[in-house]
Amino acid sequence: MAEGTVISQSVKESAAAYAIIREQFGSAVSEFDGNATMPFFEVLDASLWQDIALFMRDHAKLKFNYMACLSGVDYFPEEKLGIVCNLESLGALGHRLAVKVSCPRSGGAIPTVSCVWHTANWHEREAYDMFGIDFTGHPDFRRILCPDDWEGFPLRKDYKVQESYHGIKVPY
Amino acid sequence: MGLLDAGITKHNVLVTSVDNVLNWARLSSIWPMGFGLACCAIEMMATNASNYDLERFGIFPRSSPRQSDLMIVAGTVTMKMAERVVRLYEQMPEPRYVLSMGSCSNCGGPYWEHGYHVLKGVDRVIPVDVYVPGCPPRPEALIGGLMKIQELIRMEQIGLSRADALKKLAEKSVDPQAVIAEERKAVGA
Repeated sequence: MAEGTVISQSVKESAAAYAIIREQFGSAVSEFDGNATMPFFEVLDASLWQDIALFMRDHAKLKFNYMACLSGVDYFPEEKLGIVCNLESLGALGHRLAVKVSCPRSGGAIPTVSCVWHTANWHEREAYDMFGIDFTGHPDFRRILCPDDWEGFPLRKDYKVQESYHGIKVPY
Repeated sequence: MGLLDAGITKHNVLVTSVDNVLNWARLSSIWPMGFGLACCAIEMMATNASNYDLERFGIFPRSSPRQSDLMIVAGTVTMKMAERVVRLYEQMPEPRYVLSMGSCSNCGGPYWEHGYHVLKGVDRVIPVDVYVPGCPPRPEALIGGLMKIQELIRMEQIGLSRADALKKLAEKSVDPQAVIAEERKAVGA
């Protein structure tokens, strides 16, 4: 962030929360991005994601008890797939923070956090349905919106729709 | 020509053809299946409700395909739903009619190019009799479509196929622009 810009109170709170996480996990998490829209940090070591999530939920000064959203992202040029989790401490400390986790586009996986926030269960299924992200340890890992026998993952940048589905032509 | 226009002779005797009576009875009690798929369904429900009052045409939604004459495909048909629509259509007793309501069920609508999950026109899976354009069509447009179904029923005869009835309907259709111009001229607008 440029010197001299006014930092809002909520970004300051997010930065304070990040500092606690940084202290615990060190280089496993990236630098803090204090943008005004949604302050975030990245998890550089995806295998630690579940530990970080539990730490964020249970630490007395973090108390991220609410997962507002979990979205999938296709970083096509970088050959990566990722998720963005919007977390809040609802009714407790009031701060919010987004976390980004990514994995290689082919053969990569991200540990599930559905055991940490139950909201993540369906959101991870959606991210799998649309992007084909593999969430290891998910209790009910299958498509959620598309039919079970649908081919491909529709929101990937290189997605091509299938010619027919159960004998019905799909393209226009 | 409506049945009542034929005129009633002495002793309350009414002379007409069997086709006429059957068609009049059927077109005055078209029962659509009560199901909607997207925002068009909201317009369809508005049409059913008191402001537009479809019941004056003898049209009111039934809860079972087995009691329905008409299927109003009101909304976006997804690939997942397409198979269910076919199943429901097959459960309807003949003679059955299909009205495709709105751009989505006509041709895919705004999803025609990038909507991987949308069926690009319900006529890919079931035969459609009347298409109502619009996104969504106003209740007036839906009523227009329903009246077109009534006209189609009026064209039917015993032993006449649906294709021939549709052909007859197309031959009998008039260009509305000419009628509108005439009406406007009559009122001096």
